Amino acid sequence: MTREMTGAKMVVQALKDQGVDVVFGYPGGAVLPIYDEIFLQNDIRHVLVRHEQGAVHAAEGYARSTGKPGVVLVTSGPGATNAVTGLTDALLDSIPIVVLTGQVPTFMIGSDAFQEADTVGITRPCTKHNWLVKDTDSLAPTLHEAFHVATSGRPGPVLIDIPKDVQFATGEYAGPKPAASHYQPQLKGDMEAITELVAALETAERPVFYTGGGVINSGPAASQLLRELVDATGIPVTSTLMGLGAYPASGPNWLGMLGMHGLYEANMAMHDCDLMINIGARFDDRITGKIDAFSPNSTKAHIDIDPSSINKVIRVDIPIVGDVGHVLEDILKVWKSRGRKVNREALEKWQKQISEWRAVKCLTYKPSETTIKPQFALQRLEELTKGHDRYVTTEVGQHQMWAAQFLGFEDPNRWMTSGGLGTMGYGFPASIGVQMAHPDALVINVAGEASWLMNMQEMGTAVQFRLPVKQFILNNERLGMVRQWQELLHGERYSHSWSEALPDFVKLAEAFGAKGICVSDPKDLDDAIMEMIEYDGPVIFDCLVEKHENCFPMIPSGKAHNEMLLGEADTQGVIQAGGAVLV
Amino acid sequence: MSALHIKKGSTRHSAYNLRPTFSDTQERHTIAVLVENEPGVLARVIGLFSGRGYNIESLTVAEVDHTGHLSRITIVTTGTPQVIEQIKAQLGRIVSVRDVHDLTVEGDAVERELAILKVAGEGDKRVEALRLADIFRANVVDSTLNSFVFEITGAPDKIDAFADLMRPLGLTEIARTGVAALLRGN
Ligand SMILES: Cc1ncc(C[n+]2csc(CCOP(=O)(O)OP(=O)(O)O)c2C)c(N)n1
Ligand SMILES: [Mg+2]
Repeated sequence: MTREMTGAKMVVQALKDQGVDVVFGYPGGAVLPIYDEIFLQNDIRHVLVRHEQGAVHAAEGYARSTGKPGVVLVTSGPGATNAVTGLTDALLDSIPIVVLTGQVPTFMIGSDAFQEADTVGITRPCTKHNWLVKDTDSLAPTLHEAFHVATSGRPGPVLIDIPKDVQFATGEYAGPKPAASHYQPQLKGDMEAITELVAALETAERPVFYTGGGVINSGPAASQLLRELVDATGIPVTSTLMGLGAYPASGPNWLGMLGMHGLYEANMAMHDCDLMINIGARFDDRITGKIDAFSPNSTKAHIDIDPSSINKVIRVDIPIVGDVGHVLEDILKVWKSRGRKVNREALEKWQKQISEWRAVKCLTYKPSETTIKPQFALQRLEELTKGHDRYVTTEVGQHQMWAAQFLGFEDPNRWMTSGGLGTMGYGFPASIGVQMAHPDALVINVAGEASWLMNMQEMGTAVQFRLPVKQFILNNERLGMVRQWQELLHGERYSHSWSEALPDFVKLAEAFGAKGICVSDPKDLDDAIMEMIEYDGPVIFDCLVEKHENCFPMIPSGKAHNEMLLGEADTQGVIQAGGAVLV
Repeated sequence: MSALHIKKGSTRHSAYNLRPTFSDTQERHTIAVLVENEPGVLARVIGLFSGRGYNIESLTVAEVDHTGHLSRITIVTTGTPQVIEQIKAQLGRIVSVRDVHDLTVEGDAVERELAILKVAGEGDKRVEALRLADIFRANVVDSTLNSFVFEITGAPDKIDAFADLMRPLGLTEIARTGVAALLRGN
């Protein structure tokens, strides 16, 4: 059934038909007709951010914590260009978001009109797909297709550019039609390859599961299947930054995160394994380190919904293109039907070896009675919040890596961080998006002071919408991660890596009508954290921490997994010329 | 269907099954891409090549199905086997791409290009140009008392050879279409 309505009304109708309940946005001339329609209804809530970048990250936080696409509405020109960082972030981390931009009317396109930008041109390389809608009749099918593309296959950001005359004009609206799209990525994996993988798994002596964001993106069922497979086989499992929570941190086979700042036992297991089963990860350079020394003696299987991930970086022996959930289901089926075999004896030896690596206790740091160590702050945060219905976002830097190391995630969709793009300024708006989706949950953004300032304007949003997000700032008055690299790589010349003229965060919070807490003595930390948790409203928690702490373990750029630095003592002359050009 | 034909999302798309290792040798492949003919689709394909640092030796595009609005883009590219596989996989994930065929590995392909060449000259050179054109089965599509415009179709190296011969005979301009290609047989 079709109905006649204006383009602006179609936008709102399509959002409703797609089950959207929240839109993050910022108005302007080219989207006023849509804002008018938003004004006239009550089903969709609109969150007025303070900068369009914030809208996109908020939508990402919403999407990651719900599994549903996040929706953004911004105006033409500067509204659209401000969204570019968020789009790129979502593209690299495969986050489904739908961004609607206003555009100058079709008859003015190309005339350098006021607030005209070539939005589809600018965003072509940073979206999974984008559309410029030139007539109102094609608006509804495009909107529905956009949701389909954003959420099918490897998820990602899409953008629809809607000229103002298309919003005003009337056309035919029809609801979503399933299977109307040509875009239908394959979900089932090849059974022959799956059987090959199961056979390898049955005999492997030193197998390891290497899981990534694809498990989370595939949905909660995929995480369940992963848990079943891991626990039934007793094969150890590690995860990328993006995949934390798919397997519980308290699980018996958990190795911890792998990669540049991953755990010793996880990286050593990756290096020494004889069978690596990559599930929804992409052999990112933060994971592999030196490519030609990456896990030299293993057979590698790779499950990914995106065929271009296969053999992009690391050559694999058993490629399986398909949705993680579907493939895991088939793996379990085949494995069970073949008699649930594993190489038990060898596995026990392997687990013993892993416990030896674990005994190195790679996360050990030097405690202090006088200054708050950032690791200690996170340990206390973990202790005091882990029983809560908790979601964690982060900014980018040392604090992000420490959060990944010291916080434990028991479930998927509980951890939102900018992995692929490493976008400072991600965490605060993301926490707003998460809190919108989960109003009663405890939402904490683990931040560095420098990152946090990049989108601090969103305090206005948090206060206006009564979102009790907790901004847990590990304030080292440094661009800590930059400082760490300068110490290791640039002869301790700390070029522009300190934060000067920082605001008084307590006063800043108060200026926005929020609560500020500042703590510098380790003895006061627990009480301060409790005060933060118990306060019913947004809090800026200014945690003054040790300024020169480095984040370990660390695999320096250009090094292999078994060449990790475990602490300060290992750092002399670590990154050689070849590695110095890497980032 | 060849095992190397990338169907969108297919599992066994990798030519590595047939190749022993990552190799450094540069290969030249002709890739046919069937796309929905919508605004910006060519920019998506070209942007993929420039953004990821792949080579384009030639590229042709035209709508081949006017009712279904499908265009066929024929791309000649060079790269290591790994890069060629990536190019195909990356093309395959563009939402408006319907299908990707590597004509170089899928079978024997007919490759044709059309060129138009202007040759200016008088006397013996003019006669010689005409004689060579005849040998190459190039047609004269325009002539004046001191110039010819030749039209020639053929594989790209045939056109290269013809252009090389015309150069000393007064070649002043050349326009080439780039390669169009189809698999032989069915
Ligand atoms: C937008 C952006 N600009 C620059 C960088 C490079 N960068 C990575 S970490 C970092 C320092 C972050 O400092 P802070 O937020 O205080 O975190 P810390 O490392 O001190 O915990 C910088 C500048 C980045 N990741 N993102
Ligand atoms: Mg800092």
